[in-house]
Amino acid sequence: MTVEQPNTPSPQAGWPLWEVFVRSRRGLSHTHVGSLHAPDAALALRNARDLYTRRSEGVSLWVVPSAQITASSPDEKDPFFEPAGDKPYRHPTFYEVPEGVRNL
Amino acid sequence: MTTVLPERGSGGERPGGQEAGALGVADHLAMFDAAIAADERIEPRDWMPDKYRSGLIRQIAQHAHSEIIGMQPEANWITRAPSLRRKAILIAKVQDEAGHGLYLYSAAETLGADRDDLLDKLHTGRQRYSSIFNYPTLTWADVGAVGWLVDGAAITNQVPLCRCSYGPYARAMVRVCKEESFHQRQGYELLLALSRGTPAQHAMAQDAVDRWWWPSLMMFGPPDAESSHSAQSMAWKIKRHSNDELRQRFVDICVPQAEALGLTLPDPDLRWNEERGVHDFGAIDWSEFQEVLRGNGPCNEQRVTQRRTAHENGAWVREAAAAYAAKQAARTAADTTDAGAAHPAGADSTGPEQHTEGGPAV
Repeated sequence: MTVEQPNTPSPQAGWPLWEVFVRSRRGLSHTHVGSLHAPDAALALRNARDLYTRRSEGVSLWVVPSAQITASSPDEKDPFFEPAGDKPYRHPTFYEVPEGVRNL
Repeated sequence: MTTVLPERGSGGERPGGQEAGALGVADHLAMFDAAIAADERIEPRDWMPDKYRSGLIRQIAQHAHSEIIGMQPEANWITRAPSLRRKAILIAKVQDEAGHGLYLYSAAETLGADRDDLLDKLHTGRQRYSSIFNYPTLTWADVGAVGWLVDGAAITNQVPLCRCSYGPYARAMVRVCKEESFHQRQGYELLLALSRGTPAQHAMAQDAVDRWWWPSLMMFGPPDAESSHSAQSMAWKIKRHSNDELRQRFVDICVPQAEALGLTLPDPDLRWNEERGVHDFGAIDWSEFQEVLRGNGPCNEQRVTQRRTAHENGAWVREAAAAYAAKQAARTAADTTDAGAAHPAGADSTGPEQHTEGGPAV
């Protein structure tokens, strides 16, 4: 696993970048919708409201400084995810069920 | 549009570049080509050819610029909208265009572009925006024609981009397309009201359609044979259909819509071709397109000047917001130091919902 260091915003970009997550309705988790620039958390939230929920797309918003996110390695085919690759027995479809057996 | 930014300021190293030692460029290219062939999406941290990256930045930036420059011709009519209903609709539409610009700048940033740098390139004429916005909106009916034809052409262009091979761009386009369909409908409804109104209103609607029809057809870009970026864009699945294909689709969509409006399209050669199953239409005056592109359209100068002025006039707002943020951060830091003993770290780890206003110093 290559742990990516959080990025520092480039000096010429005045405001830090924030990632925006919206809970579209009760019962669902917050989902990433995009990003925006803002000088602080309060304004990031207000900007996120104006940018990502103009049509009542959400009941709750999270904003997270992009620099605070730690990601797995850049390549999404990375060996980091390999341990799960050879364990098909974790899925119910791995098992044979005799004909006629129900509710299993 | 991305979870994590690509690396910046690390000596020009690109995302994915860290592994160049383990995998050669040829391996990366093979994986990239395989992903494209399998119709998978390329995501920000994947390795990608330099030209894929730079071509996308150019295209997304031009698209973003078009959205925010596109606010101007219509904003021109906000104060003169004929009713409160129309005014509210127009304000919402212009606000949407600003939003679309922001979605797209955000997508461009995932490729390593810098937003301030992109704006600077727009302001200094080093990057372009769609030449359609260099035409003036002379009457209220133009607001309708822009919605119906310009946004209609944009939708025809953009719907296939929702399946573009670059993930963040495709996701931005999904949002944009959902919102654009309101834009097109409000324009159509506006034109319909005028077309069914007094003879003077009908004439105004017809005049607007006459002026916007040909520029809208030019929005699809030069004919396939002369389009410089097309072949590579198609191979990389950034583009899914050729300029001429999309233009034809748009014409075929518009003809019955114009009939329903009771308006005509200004092309004497426009007729149904039974054999081909599409409409034939007249030759486009590409010299006009080239002139506008060269900066000699009716409003080129005005649009960029106004954009630059708006940016400069907004400087104090940005400065004030930054100063306020710095002050709040300093206060929070001071409070934390004072109360350090009373509130041990970890006592407030209640999840993001608790940290809205003020929040932790970040």
